[in-house]
Amino acid sequence: MLTLQYLPYDQIRNLSSETRIKKLINLVKENKILLLEGKLNPFEEAKLIEKTMEQISKRFKGIEICTVYPENKNIEMFGKLRNEILRLLGHRQGLTIIGPATIVKEIKRDPNKIELLTKPLRK
Amino acid sequence: MGFLDFINNFFNGFFQKKKHVRLGIYGPTNSGKSTLANRICRDWIGEELSTVSNIPHETREINVKERVTVKSDGKKLTFNIIDTPGIATKIDYEDFLKFKLSPKEAKERAREATKGVIESIRWLENVDSVIVVLDATKNPYSQVNITIIGNLAARNIPVIIAANKVDLKKANIEKVRSAFPQYGVVGISAEFGNNMEDFYKSLVKLV
Repeated sequence: MLTLQYLPYDQIRNLSSETRIKKLINLVKENKILLLEGKLNPFEEAKLIEKTMEQISKRFKGIEICTVYPENKNIEMFGKLRNEILRLLGHRQGLTIIGPATIVKEIKRDPNKIELLTKPLRK
Repeated sequence: MGFLDFINNFFNGFFQKKKHVRLGIYGPTNSGKSTLANRICRDWIGEELSTVSNIPHETREINVKERVTVKSDGKKLTFNIIDTPGIATKIDYEDFLKFKLSPKEAKERAREATKGVIESIRWLENVDSVIVVLDATKNPYSQVNITIIGNLAARNIPVIIAANKVDLKKANIEKVRSAFPQYGVVGISAEFGNNMEDFYKSLVKLV
């Protein structure tokens, strides 16, 4: 069974970056695909990868992650993305999808669409 | 010690301590970072820096070559080149079994690869300029690419994107350019040396 969990930004807003990342990884390790309102800042994204690597094991192979922005309608989004990143504001805009690599094979992003490909579940 | 010795030592110390630009080579796994590092080192100092292979995560430690001098357009640039392990969000030792590694070798490689990714991320603090190497045959809109470039932008580190593997039919430099329109993108083949002159020109300009 595939579990999708929506995580409103309010639930992580007051957490420190470290606790926020820990919470996200713990939820993903429960084999849930998270739909997080908003996005992490670039430093947190890097930290998320770093912390994920520290926890790789036989059962936890890592994550698939993708951030979707409201401007995701055309290729100009990356110009806008850069400005957003530089300002490090607007965390509540957009949606971040994070899933365990054992379940989510790939999240394909093109400017106009997102495809989430899952792996067949092992019995 | 005489006054002249003092002056001598002062200036020697001053110039010895002069730091060269630390040029990081970043990117996702198997994009050709080490192939490019080797190409640059071979072209300018006649020796290689890293081992390369088709198996992902071949580079699992930071490799540094000091004092590489590139000349282009009458300008000269000396830097320390830092070849980093590829950044990934997942590592499964079973993926390495497909490359005929034994389970023990695959597990060891996976363990080292996770450390390599961590090291790469931590080294972002220690680079002055970066070449982001992307595989031009692959979709550039991956979160790893965005995270790398986003981190460099947030740190105000100058970036040049090398859209590698342009010798392959599937390569699409324009797609890389449209994904990152605010950056200079140079299409190259690090393996065969295609378009390296343009690449060196952009590199010298960047730094």
